Amino acid sequence: MNTKHIVNLSRRRFLAGSAVSLAGLTLGVIPTVMAEQRQAGPGIAGRAPEAAGDFSPNAFLRIDKEGVVTVISKHLEMGQGTYTGLATLVAEELDADWNMVRVEGAPADAARYNNLFWGKVQGTGGSTAMANSWEQMRRAGAAARAMLIQAASKRWQVPADQISVSSGVIKHSPTGRQADFGALAELAAQQPVPESVELKDPKSFKLIGKRIPRKDTAEKINGQAQFTQDIDLPGLLTALVLHPPKIGMKVKQVDSAKALEVKGVRKVVELSTGVAVVADDFWGAKLARDRLSVTWDDSGAFDKSSEQILNDYRKMAQEPGLEATKKGSASTVLAAAESVLEAEYSVPFLSHSAMEPMNCVVRIDAEGCDIWNGEQMQTSDQQQVAGLLGLEPKQVHIHMLYAGGSFGRRANPAADYVLEAVNIAKSLKPGTPVKMIWTREDDTHGGYYRPIYLHRMRATQDEQGAPHAWEQRIVGQSILKGTPFELVMVKDGVDMTSVEGAANLPYEIKHIQVDLHSPELPVSVLWWRSVGSSHTAFAVECFIDELAVKAGEDPLTYRRKLLGNHPRHLAVLNLAAEKAGWGEPLGRNRGQGIAVHESFNSYVAQVAEVSVRRGVITVDRVVIAVDCGIAINPDIIEAQMQGGMGFGLSAALFSELTFKNGAVEQSNFNDYRVLRIDQMPEVEVHIVASAEP
Amino acid sequence: MINLTINGVRHTLDIDLQMPLLWVIRDHVGLTGTKYSCGIAQCGSCTVYVDGAAVRSCITPVSDAVGKEITTIEGLATPAGEAVQAAWKELEVVQCGFCQSGQIMSAASLLQRNQKPSDADIDQAMQGNLCRCATYARIREAIKLAAGKLTGGHS
Repeated sequence: MNTKHIVNLSRRRFLAGSAVSLAGLTLGVIPTVMAEQRQAGPGIAGRAPEAAGDFSPNAFLRIDKEGVVTVISKHLEMGQGTYTGLATLVAEELDADWNMVRVEGAPADAARYNNLFWGKVQGTGGSTAMANSWEQMRRAGAAARAMLIQAASKRWQVPADQISVSSGVIKHSPTGRQADFGALAELAAQQPVPESVELKDPKSFKLIGKRIPRKDTAEKINGQAQFTQDIDLPGLLTALVLHPPKIGMKVKQVDSAKALEVKGVRKVVELSTGVAVVADDFWGAKLARDRLSVTWDDSGAFDKSSEQILNDYRKMAQEPGLEATKKGSASTVLAAAESVLEAEYSVPFLSHSAMEPMNCVVRIDAEGCDIWNGEQMQTSDQQQVAGLLGLEPKQVHIHMLYAGGSFGRRANPAADYVLEAVNIAKSLKPGTPVKMIWTREDDTHGGYYRPIYLHRMRATQDEQGAPHAWEQRIVGQSILKGTPFELVMVKDGVDMTSVEGAANLPYEIKHIQVDLHSPELPVSVLWWRSVGSSHTAFAVECFIDELAVKAGEDPLTYRRKLLGNHPRHLAVLNLAAEKAGWGEPLGRNRGQGIAVHESFNSYVAQVAEVSVRRGVITVDRVVIAVDCGIAINPDIIEAQMQGGMGFGLSAALFSELTFKNGAVEQSNFNDYRVLRIDQMPEVEVHIVASAEP
Repeated sequence: MINLTINGVRHTLDIDLQMPLLWVIRDHVGLTGTKYSCGIAQCGSCTVYVDGAAVRSCITPVSDAVGKEITTIEGLATPAGEAVQAAWKELEVVQCGFCQSGQIMSAASLLQRNQKPSDADIDQAMQGNLCRCATYARIREAIKLAAGKLTGGHS
């Protein structure tokens, strides 16, 4: 056996920065490497094993004898269109027939499926999925294409450079021979992986940049798509957990006699997080949970109210915090100024409230642990579960499913709900699968909220009214403290996610100071769609408006003057204003507002048309301009802009999670209100053409 | 023992008569297109038809459905249902997809009654169906497109 096999080397080289699978392609590699990589290889990724004759040139795709191209997605599909986007990149360079492409979730594997922007961690978040995969997926497709051409060249005995590929057809024009991918898959699998591949000139893209259909639509409109909630396995049990009514309470005593009388109830399990009831079905578990009698130790119970928290924050904001940005000497200028404009902005705790409440399916047996779930940070969860069970991470198999929304909730470094489900499974007979389901109320009360934040803004203006000194004091809990991200993303005590969107203020101002206080509370917090920008953009853009009003200037003109060094901000701002008809009178009780912001490398400006009638605010129309770099699928970008706006509008108009004497006051969609269809504005999206990755 | 007819198939089940229809459909019949999200008729994810009328199966005791025709997303085959699904596909309505079975059931129910719904009709019929991805703009557009297909207007 030749251990110097070229395939091994070349493949490492062509996917520099990520380790790559050798599964399924060749017999010529070092056996131990082969065995290890096969274990978690494509095709063994939780679905049907790879069939004989399949062509798996790398960890990211597989082509079977019928010509079906299966793209293996290292990223979670939670609605944002990642499956379609990643498949587009592969199919583009492969010149596949889009109708023959399908997608499946990759197994958790930090070595092969890591997010290239995050090091050796597999995860989806921070708008990185497409950006980190941009070259990786294209190279994966290009390599497969080259190997298919090699196979055709061998079979037809014609020079490779006379062979073309288009829409899934491999063709040799001089002889008129042609074949589809399936017919050449087996032979392609025997070809060496090319040393290097050439990627297409963007001018010749056929799929990238086009409004091609999503890959998940068909099964999401006929009820066939599999979410965690839908998993069924032989002998599957369902678990519900009774959590303490307040943070910090512990189980003191459990009387489960009445619960155990309910038909189909198997077990009551005491956990560190509450009391679980395991039953044959949801309804049995629910009835039994309602009959549990639990005495709680409330000696460590959280007892604060949201109002009190904000008052504490308000006091903190009077004092300087840790410095996040400093340019010039804002505090000196402000101290000496005769006239200072001051404002305070605060935002409440928010629950993610994805339509699919948190849940997880777990089975533990002698071999390891299987998890069926849609999760954003697979290998972080894998490590946590392995740690809990005393297993090697590779013994924890995560079967990636669709997530019914997430918005950051299923990306918890503490793996809260996953570990809770694993702890329940651990208490059962080995090999018993259990589906833990949180009710909507559990989900609302389950913690990991977008934190309460308070911003105290102060500014002075020059003779023309332009801001001269700008001070922003931010007060709110750190999301990253105590997580593995702290090392990289908390600098000198400043959590980057607390100040993003504020510390990188795009407006040209002579004196800028942004400070941060990160008070601690027992309320668990987490990233919530757009993370820091969910409050910083609100505070910054509102305050700029206040300054414009004080200067007697139009808010658009005012912003334009301050964005000279930020062409991408300026371009979206101008586009939104132009398309919205900025400045045209709208009539009585109606008006327009404008804002611009950059988050995770996307630049967005919006113009909102708003009516106020009897004190009720209605947003009638929103015009959006976005520059997110290369638009891989403009239709999905448009959908993200429409939906992201609606998600933000929920928070702006309705959503609020409040504590009173330590207890969360909301429980379900009746009192934790989110946007409904009759409150959705008309929306228009304009995408700026861009070549930025 | 009760008999339930779901999507034209008869099921004989030994279950608690108070069990919500949703959990019978999901846990005992094994049709999982109908979703649990709120459990209190606030979100519409669990929408099914009982004798042709859209109901929230999460608060409907199974006893109310005995002897009636139950239709879930898996069995939606009315002209309105098919038009809605086609429009959903054409306009790429779905994002995460979790609420979409319920959205489609409600939209098809609306078009069954009213083939030319106004915006106000759509608001009224659909405001009980939540979507956290806020696909609402496309839902509205798709209902209009489906209405056009049904009435032989633009396709």
